[in-house]
Amino acid sequence: MKPFFPLSVGLLALLAIIVPIQPISSVPSKRVFTVEASQYAYSPGVISVNPGDMVTINLVATDVAHGMYIEGYELAVFSDPGQSASITFVADKNGHFRLRCNVSCGAMHPFMVGEIQVGQNYLLVRAFGIATIAAIAFIVYQHKIRPQNASE
Amino acid sequence: MQVNSMDLTRIQFVKSFVKSRYPQTIISVFLLAGFVLAIMAGFIGTPVGSQNFSIVFVWIAWWAILILVAVPFFGRGWCAVCPIPRAGDWLQRGAIIDPAAKKPNWLGWRVPKFLRNMWTQNITFSLVVLFSATILTNPRTTAIVLAAMLFMAIGLAMVFERRSFCRYLCPVGGFIGLYSKLAPFELRVKQKNICAGCHGKPCYNGSTDGAGCPWDVFPGGLVANTYCGLCFECIRTCPHDNIAFSVRPFSVEAATPTAKLDEAFKAFIMVGSAISYAIVLMGTNGMIKLAAYQVFSRGWFLNALLLVGTNFVGLPFLFWLFVRFGRSQRALNAKQFAMASSALIPLGLLFWVAFSLSFVLANATYIMVALSDPFGWGWNLFGTAGMDWQPLGSAYVGILQAGVLVAGLVWSAFVAQKTADRSKVPAWRVILFCLAVTMVMMWLLL
Ligand code: SF4
Ligand SMILES: [Cu+2]
Repeated sequence: MKPFFPLSVGLLALLAIIVPIQPISSVPSKRVFTVEASQYAYSPGVISVNPGDMVTINLVATDVAHGMYIEGYELAVFSDPGQSASITFVADKNGHFRLRCNVSCGAMHPFMVGEIQVGQNYLLVRAFGIATIAAIAFIVYQHKIRPQNASE
Repeated sequence: MQVNSMDLTRIQFVKSFVKSRYPQTIISVFLLAGFVLAIMAGFIGTPVGSQNFSIVFVWIAWWAILILVAVPFFGRGWCAVCPIPRAGDWLQRGAIIDPAAKKPNWLGWRVPKFLRNMWTQNITFSLVVLFSATILTNPRTTAIVLAAMLFMAIGLAMVFERRSFCRYLCPVGGFIGLYSKLAPFELRVKQKNICAGCHGKPCYNGSTDGAGCPWDVFPGGLVANTYCGLCFECIRTCPHDNIAFSVRPFSVEAATPTAKLDEAFKAFIMVGSAISYAIVLMGTNGMIKLAAYQVFSRGWFLNALLLVGTNFVGLPFLFWLFVRFGRSQRALNAKQFAMASSALIPLGLLFWVAFSLSFVLANATYIMVALSDPFGWGWNLFGTAGMDWQPLGSAYVGILQAGVLVAGLVWSAFVAQKTADRSKVPAWRVILFCLAVTMVMMWLLL
């Protein structure tokens, strides 16, 4: 096999990793969400904002005490039952991040998760891209080395 | 058979390490103590899972070591030191270190032929998955499951010969066996012709040097890691020094896939269960979580039906469609189907690695807390009981998971190519299936 093939596949994969994706620009705005936390979910479970937005989350625990830890931003807020607590931050990191309850709130507590979506999920787009390139590369390669086996 | 493997037993230190029963027994007894502690903590400790040693050590610490390190790198390495069958072994042999007496101490029946496959393990694993929302989170339930495994292993050891629990019932043992095919280690005989001329086959039948293969495997016929428990008894019993324990490249066994449907279904069940865990446990939908948690509720039954349907019917059928669709002239028999599905072995393993990364690192700080206060009684043995919960590496976990899933796809494509010659299923069909399910998993986890 000529080195051209693996080289070009590697180059394509590299491109899928590093090619800059231009975030859809939007005017930053103030966004306020009231999120109810109960065993074992947030409502709404998914929050979407634009990059650069000033985000305020009012967390209201409705049954027992719950918290919210925002992965990627490494911020946390905690709410006692019936009380509301709030956190405000600038959503300056692009991507989808998990929200996790950070106080033991019952059996399924470690799996109490939500999500904040800041702009597009570029990690997923890139992962899809690399996966597709890899799969196609294998298929093409298979055709080159064993055409009789691969084609029908 | 493999050209590029290296026999580690030629290293004197390794040789004495596996020849002696002490190292394995000592590690195992230590783990047995931890296992009993986990059962105790589950029964008498706090009902709060994340503060109880049983949940934290079994489902975070042990699970992380098993799926992230032990299985990918050492195959059945966990089985080599597993505490669960230990007591049964001792009873069977009537000794702790010494080899067994020639005559069986207990009934020593042979497991009926129709049970000598992976189907029972497919069922026991599925049962664990169906009840997993409560098993993973309730200390009592975990304790009951662990104790049941321990007592079943002992009970079966007294009724049946050898390690019947490990081979045919252990819910974990099934997938460890399947995934051990990928491991970079193997136990094999050095020269088959020596075995052919060997009198009495002490490796299988036992001798004054040790037990006949506890895993009911004849070492001379080993071609796959699946059912070799790495107990090393054959190294101790072989009078011809004909057993090698070697390092080898990852997944070399993939070129010689087994055509067994029970193993094929194990692969489907593992892929399907990883996807369902990603939905139920790591998803944002609270209704699904409650349905999975409230055992025997209507939601739970619906969930169970979906899960069993997907794992035993839906996913295999989808795979069948991918490998069969539009190929009018060529039939596809069960053996070819099973062989083609071996691409799902690395795919499933890395699905589990990716899924586990999403909760193991996030909850790792619980390990420090449970170490200091195993029962949740306010102890502080090592001064770490007050440690705050803090997810580790949360900024990088996603990238890591994406990398793991891509690696799983590449690995499965590689295996698909290797198996295509034998299965006569074109690799591209298998690769496209793997790409499709990988995208689903990416979408769920990233
Ligand atoms: S005892 Fe050794 S030589 Fe004899 S059959 Fe077993 S592995 Fe082969
Ligand atoms: Cu909570």
